[in-house]
Amino acid sequence: MRLSSISYAFRDALRSLWRNKFMTIASIATVAISLLILGSAWLLVINSNYLAEVMESELEINVYLQDELPREEAEAMKDVFAALPGVFETTFIPREEGLKTLEDRFGDSTNLLEALGDKNPLPDVYRIKAVDAESVPEIARMAAELERVETVRYGQGMVEKLLSLTHWLRTAGLVIIAAIALAAIFLIATTIRLTVFARRREIGIMKLVGATNWYIRWPFFLEGMMIGFLGAAVAVAAIHIFYGKLTQNIALTISFLPVMKDTAVLYDIYKNLIIMGTALGALGSAISLRRFLKV
Amino acid sequence: MIQMFNVSKIYDEEVKVQALADINLHIRKGEFVFIVGPSGAGKSTLTRLMIREELPTKGQIMVDGRSLLRMKGREVPKLRRKIGFIFQDFRLLMERTIYENVAFAMEAIEMPRSEVKERVPAVLEMVGLKDKMSSYPHQLSGGQQQRVCIARAVVNDPRIIIADEPTGNLDPDTSWDIMKILQAINKRGTTIISATHDREMVDTLKRRVVALRDGHIVRDEERGGYDS
Repeated sequence: MRLSSISYAFRDALRSLWRNKFMTIASIATVAISLLILGSAWLLVINSNYLAEVMESELEINVYLQDELPREEAEAMKDVFAALPGVFETTFIPREEGLKTLEDRFGDSTNLLEALGDKNPLPDVYRIKAVDAESVPEIARMAAELERVETVRYGQGMVEKLLSLTHWLRTAGLVIIAAIALAAIFLIATTIRLTVFARRREIGIMKLVGATNWYIRWPFFLEGMMIGFLGAAVAVAAIHIFYGKLTQNIALTISFLPVMKDTAVLYDIYKNLIIMGTALGALGSAISLRRFLKV
Repeated sequence: MIQMFNVSKIYDEEVKVQALADINLHIRKGEFVFIVGPSGAGKSTLTRLMIREELPTKGQIMVDGRSLLRMKGREVPKLRRKIGFIFQDFRLLMERTIYENVAFAMEAIEMPRSEVKERVPAVLEMVGLKDKMSSYPHQLSGGQQQRVCIARAVVNDPRIIIADEPTGNLDPDTSWDIMKILQAINKRGTTIISATHDREMVDTLKRRVVALRDGHIVRDEERGGYDS
């Protein structure tokens, strides 16, 4: 295709975008809305994954050993725990240290040991860190079955809840996005169909003077892609502004909540949204051209 | 230039409307041929077959040595670049200027812009409309619009021009202007095929006449008249 033909195609595409202003705006808006939802859901998933990651790194399994266990036996357990699959790190906390931590928490005026009649009621504890959140329940189960272990505690349910939330978000997001993307494709197809209809005389004459099929199709394709691209651009701009504001507010008010602020990740999402929007547009025109432009 | 062998065209397989039956026609390079006959005789079908807008139900058609039946879909544009088409209703694009209407035909076959800028004014000068380049079709008379249509048909220098009732909507004087232009184009070696109802024109010009009736060729005469 010649350079001048490409410029004709651009001219014709822009011309008909302008001629069908209202349909153009409606299609751009639909693409924008669907990609806005897609982008938001995407950010939610990324953030919940990020949250899970952060929690994972802080997540520990507390293994309480049986009372009155001789120190050597207690210390020997370290290797046993370390050998469990998925274990990242084990720390031994002797009962004296546990008591001290407890005392610190109550304030230095209290003497707990005295109050308890000089008998430390605390057991020896192992803190185990897992490689990832998913292996936590399994490690806990295996540790509980070991000899000399009294009980095992970890953020029971928290990990599972977080994981299932992420999973649910992903599924629900996908369903909604698919529905709206379909609407966007349909609207773009309708817009292109109107354009084809408005230009049927031109198309007829083009065919008679020997224009190739692709020469005839290109402007319509471009038009659909421009709609998709513009819609995506609107969505990206909106997401960028709102997400920026949101992270700022979270940092000020609920600062303990970890938020994804890696710009490389954000720009990657923006880039993908733009690509998807343009692809939606191309798909919409393709459907219309197949059905309404017999060339 | 154009050869038809035993060509039949039947529309609608169930009702069987026979538009053309057993047509044998040979049009040589540089000829000027009138195709006459009452409405519904098959004139339009004949022209549509020549540009492969439709395929015949039976028979073989050759244009410029190529079989239209064996031609692939993507080769059709190449065929049509050899043929210029002139319509009774002009088919100009109303929201474009005269210049753009003619340039459009060159753009469509991807001619370089510099050539478009050079050739369009030259062709418009040939049909006597160089001063109307930036006018719109509705500002022109019927005869002028038909001249724009001719300019668009010849701008890509086709070897054949097919005209479907080119003077059908025009008064006699204007019709003569159009015919003079077509004759001038024919003199340069372009084959011209014109379907027409214009009795006076056919009788005066004394060119080859192919008469159709009910889908059959009933007369094919060199230097013929509208009626035999």
